[in-house]
Amino acid sequence: MPKCAGLEQNVTLEIRPAENSLPHVALFATCLVNAMRPAVGFAALALLEQAGCRVDVPQGQTCCGQPALNSGDAEGTRQIARRNIEMLEPFDHVVVPSGSCAATIRLHYPELLAHDPAWAARARNLAARTHELLSYLADIRGWLPEGISLEASATYHDSCSGLRELGLKAQPRKLLAAVNDLTLRKLEGEETCCGFGGTFCVKYPAISNAIVDEKAVAVEASGAALLLGGDLGCLLNMAGKLHRRGAAVRAFHAAEILAGMGDAPAIGETP
Amino acid sequence: MNHAPDFDSRVAAALANPTLKVAIERTTGTARTKRAAAMAAWPEFPAARALGRDIKDHVIENLAHYLVAFEKNADAAGTKVHWARTGEEACQIVVDICRKAGAKSVTRAKSMLGEEIGLPHALEAAGLERVETDLAEHIIQLAGDPPSHIVWPALHKTREQVAELFRAHHRDPGAMATVEAMVASARRQLREKFMAADVGISGANFLVADTGAVCTVTNEGNAELTTTPPRIHIVTAGIEKLVPSTAHAMAMLRLLVRSATGAELTQYTTFHNGPKRAQDRDGPDEFHIVLVDAGRTRMLNEGLAEMLRCIRCGACLNHCVVYRQIGGHAYGATYPGPMGSVLTPMLDGLEQAQDLPRACTLNGQCQEVCPVAIPLPTLLRGWREKSWQRGFEPARVRWALALWRFTAMRPRLYEFAGNIGLRIMPLFAHGGWISRMPLAGGWTAHRDMPSPSGGTFLAQYRRRFKK
Ligand code: SF4
Repeated sequence: MPKCAGLEQNVTLEIRPAENSLPHVALFATCLVNAMRPAVGFAALALLEQAGCRVDVPQGQTCCGQPALNSGDAEGTRQIARRNIEMLEPFDHVVVPSGSCAATIRLHYPELLAHDPAWAARARNLAARTHELLSYLADIRGWLPEGISLEASATYHDSCSGLRELGLKAQPRKLLAAVNDLTLRKLEGEETCCGFGGTFCVKYPAISNAIVDEKAVAVEASGAALLLGGDLGCLLNMAGKLHRRGAAVRAFHAAEILAGMGDAPAIGETP
Repeated sequence: MNHAPDFDSRVAAALANPTLKVAIERTTGTARTKRAAAMAAWPEFPAARALGRDIKDHVIENLAHYLVAFEKNADAAGTKVHWARTGEEACQIVVDICRKAGAKSVTRAKSMLGEEIGLPHALEAAGLERVETDLAEHIIQLAGDPPSHIVWPALHKTREQVAELFRAHHRDPGAMATVEAMVASARRQLREKFMAADVGISGANFLVADTGAVCTVTNEGNAELTTTPPRIHIVTAGIEKLVPSTAHAMAMLRLLVRSATGAELTQYTTFHNGPKRAQDRDGPDEFHIVLVDAGRTRMLNEGLAEMLRCIRCGACLNHCVVYRQIGGHAYGATYPGPMGSVLTPMLDGLEQAQDLPRACTLNGQCQEVCPVAIPLPTLLRGWREKSWQRGFEPARVRWALALWRFTAMRPRLYEFAGNIGLRIMPLFAHGGWISRMPLAGGWTAHRDMPSPSGGTFLAQYRRRFKK
């Protein structure tokens, strides 16, 4: 980044991509997508390209640090944050197919590094350029799916971090409404937590189970054939509970549907 | 009741209780619906909320100023103000006032601060007859339970269980067929005690600095019957209850009542100011206010100043997915739910209460509904950090996390370890799902896990797009 010598204060300028050039985007897949559902990564990749981005998948990526953050290990999270900042700052934008991982970079990295003179500005700078996938497509790229159709009924769960930390609510609905033949049914308690909570669900399995059981009942009551969401952790939790209950509801990340991958196996289905 | 010493056992007992979930859902479900309707009809809520937050913050930043002003104005109205550094000191002051007055019987209007400092127990230990005048407090007094909610202390009891209790304990219970009949029975039981008590003790919703008055809100009118007939009225209040003026109290009231019950106002809103004057028809001969610190000034120094904004509306409890499953008693503390999980480590010590900040999904709904915008999840994270620093996390969690962090800093190792996991997991799968797997019991005890297939995203990406 160039320094501006002609100013009173020494400021660094962030170089923005010119209007007509394609933004160079890093896809940060998240550890759950990487290990448990690569299809979401490929869907995100396809969507970003359709939306006019030049996409790279940095090969050094691992995790955003949430397990440490939520366990109170601030120093451990800082180590991971610094590493991710270094890896991701060459890109114009960082896009993450998860509200909670995007919120970790957008909100918690700057908080955690606020008192670190060497890193505070870098953390804020990266945070400002990091986006959750669905809001990036709808708000920043102004993109809508075209020519995608899926004849099915679906219901949508608003995962908490995306909803409350990033304001993700209208965007997924707007994008999904553009998928032909897809009907969206209301999920009673769509803004109520599903009981995943990252490490919470294995630290307090009995409470988590009681919560997700209630969620599964609501999903079944919606009468929808598909359960969609924007966070794989919550989707695995709900899909796992639905399957244990013997429900026929099939679960997908919303990105998969938007990318026309709704005829592929749902979470837990074998090809 | 649920007296198990450790959190996990209390949770297990709560989840196994066949009526608890029904009881919780009846009350909190109604509260949520009514609050949502009240907020939908109140477009000024965001502005009112910002104002409420600012009023409380202003008072907390100028606490000494307003405390002194309150004492001066209360004193001018003939009130005796007492200061208590701890809960024990506060109880001692109350007991001493009762003894000096030769009191035998004491009526009490619901006060969470009273519960916090152990006042009910202190009164009984001093040989005083304690009569709870709030209907819900009366119920839990009969049942021998602590409160399970800060607004509805007997929320864990179903109507049917209450009818049973009244039948067993009331002189003249009658048929108990309707809620009205049950209330009538309680009224018959309590009325004469109201009138015969020597001392009435209440809490405070607000302390008004520029008049020295104490504001209480109730829906049953029991606070008025507790504070007016007896010779002596004692208020115990936390120092964070201060507001600068009556107008500020009204601004806070709008937030409090709508957030708690969805109503615009409670049935009774009373400002108590000083003892009976010469021209008054009724009122107590003596009016005492005990201002209690009990950890509040410590909260200022421990990064918990925002928590002092709390007006005890209960909205965070009603909207908490964890509270709604386990109820109040499982928390093992005076204050349950999100606000309790922030307060209890302060009041009872972090080591003892370490589970509470952890037993939270950090979903943020509590903060969203809080009428004074307390960042409860951030404060809970703060406790988790302290807990981590002080080494309270079990060793197996610390080791697992250290190992995970070590690999997360080394992408090649991370991928290598991940691939081992991804090779092993399908061995436990049947038809795409894993229903039991070693080390995954926390997950698979209650839900299935989809089996991964085809390697990591990064590896597949490399195969597809690179060499
Ligand atoms: S923390 Fe907020 S929502 Fe909870 S009781 Fe206090 S004021 Fe009400």
